[in-house]
Amino acid sequence: MSAPAMGTSKTAHTDSSNKKKKGPGTLAIAYLVIYNVVMTAGWLVIAVGLVRAYLARGSYHGLYYSIEKPLKFFQTGALLEILHCAVGIVPSSVVLTGFQVMSRVFLTWAVTHSVREVQSEDSVLLFVVAWTVTEIIRYSFYTFSLLNHLPYLIKWARYTFFVVLYPMGVAGELLTIYAALPYVQKTGLYSITLPNNYNFSFDYHTFLILIMHHVFSKLFPQLYFHMIRQRKKVLGHVEEYSKVE
Amino acid sequence: MDTLALEATQPKKAQNGAVVAAPGPPTPAKRKPTKKTKKAVVFFEVEILDAKTKDKLCFLDKVGKVLPSFSLHGKSLKDEDVLQHLPVGTTATFYFRDLGAQISWVTVFLTEYAGPLLIYLMFYFRVPFIYAPKYDFTTSKHWVVHLACMCHSFHYVKRLLETLFVHRFSHGTMPLRNIFKNCTYYWGFAAWMAYYINHPLYTPPIYGEQQIRLALTVFLFCQIGNFSIHIALRNLRPPGSKTRKIPYPTKNPFTWIFLLVSCPNYTYELGSWLGFTLMTQCLPVAFFTLVGFIQMTVWAKGKHRSYLKEFRDYPTLRSPILPFIL
Repeated sequence: MSAPAMGTSKTAHTDSSNKKKKGPGTLAIAYLVIYNVVMTAGWLVIAVGLVRAYLARGSYHGLYYSIEKPLKFFQTGALLEILHCAVGIVPSSVVLTGFQVMSRVFLTWAVTHSVREVQSEDSVLLFVVAWTVTEIIRYSFYTFSLLNHLPYLIKWARYTFFVVLYPMGVAGELLTIYAALPYVQKTGLYSITLPNNYNFSFDYHTFLILIMHHVFSKLFPQLYFHMIRQRKKVLGHVEEYSKVE
Repeated sequence: MDTLALEATQPKKAQNGAVVAAPGPPTPAKRKPTKKTKKAVVFFEVEILDAKTKDKLCFLDKVGKVLPSFSLHGKSLKDEDVLQHLPVGTTATFYFRDLGAQISWVTVFLTEYAGPLLIYLMFYFRVPFIYAPKYDFTTSKHWVVHLACMCHSFHYVKRLLETLFVHRFSHGTMPLRNIFKNCTYYWGFAAWMAYYINHPLYTPPIYGEQQIRLALTVFLFCQIGNFSIHIALRNLRPPGSKTRKIPYPTKNPFTWIFLLVSCPNYTYELGSWLGFTLMTQCLPVAFFTLVGFIQMTVWAKGKHRSYLKEFRDYPTLRSPILPFIL
């Protein structure tokens, strides 16, 4: 997903007098700060790479190739976040986080990387830009939250930008999968046919179509409206808040 | 479902302006005018609140012996609980929670088991629109496919009969949405397995007759075992009751596994499906076995924990589902 559900806030607890049983210790917080700073930097690198490539070429076309490696590295690195939840230093659900990260990793590797022909599609740029902006805001949000010094602007950005970025990202993702379909069908990519010793078959082409349907009809509307409700809750008391919390 | 079984016989009387108004000690059923000491019957004041909103739903100021079906202090009450035996004073606050639409356990079980039975047979007989038209109503040339159909069908017929004649359920009903969830699981997996086993391009087990024979032995052994456990559990409980006792091994050797395991019915069920997996050498069957195993382990651990909580003298050698392991 281009903008992970914000219901799972990851503000780690630094108030030592209020330390719950599973709260992260100072070492964990230090690690998380470093992690989030590195991720923010990584996605900034991708953003800068995109801008530079655009300025150099003068067109939106084929910008994927200029940031392919850092994109793969930092998006795959997000798998660590599942570990963070499993270990307990981040108070989010392992299942939810796992699901969100795996969907990104799936799109990065099992679609964009695997089907070379879609890499020059404009839809790829659509979701890459959406992801980049979202992640820069998201990781800086976590960094500041961990340091207990969250500027209202970052909070506002996190709970507002998704309104445009999330549909944009999902559109990019779906269009990319759609573009990949004919090549998957032609080459039988990741598919198993009968007969075989394990009496099993899998058609990746059909699988992708089912995923598209599920994302479009159920997942996206559900998550999007969940985030809109979160926004109302979090930003609802705008007048009472000063700039720095 | 409206569980407000606690009808206002009392409030109704109050509305009619009849008996209730009198303050002071209540009138006992028996009158003993000669004795000074009045037999004190304890009456309760009961306030019933919605569990979520804490709104006052009703207030009953004179309640005798009643059977509430709500929750007290966060713990759900059972149908058999009697007000006088609950740890309350003369004022009690009950929280009422609407359980939503309910459906009986028997109905759910019968539906979820009838599905796989029929669905598998549809694939076995290769009804049209499943496989290529030239295969319609043909039969597989592999005898293991016929054997698998018999085993699968036997298994679900056994389950249906047990539901009707053997099991004694603790709860009468479950939430209605469970039937959709459960049927999707059972029916979906049955269709998925049956599709491959009965497929024209099905490949029989690598080790042929040896493998099939071993698998069938395991399957039958575990079916008998599973049935033995169900019978043993049934006999723990007198008809119509909901008592809970520690199960122990009986004369039937298949129940001796109770020495090592709290929920041997699940152990045998796992064994049956492992046998079926071996028999068919089919990956979807292996998946089904795995998912079932995970779910049964969760249930077994829960049951084991509640046994430990309820019985001080619960045997320590027992594991929830796999001897010594899990």
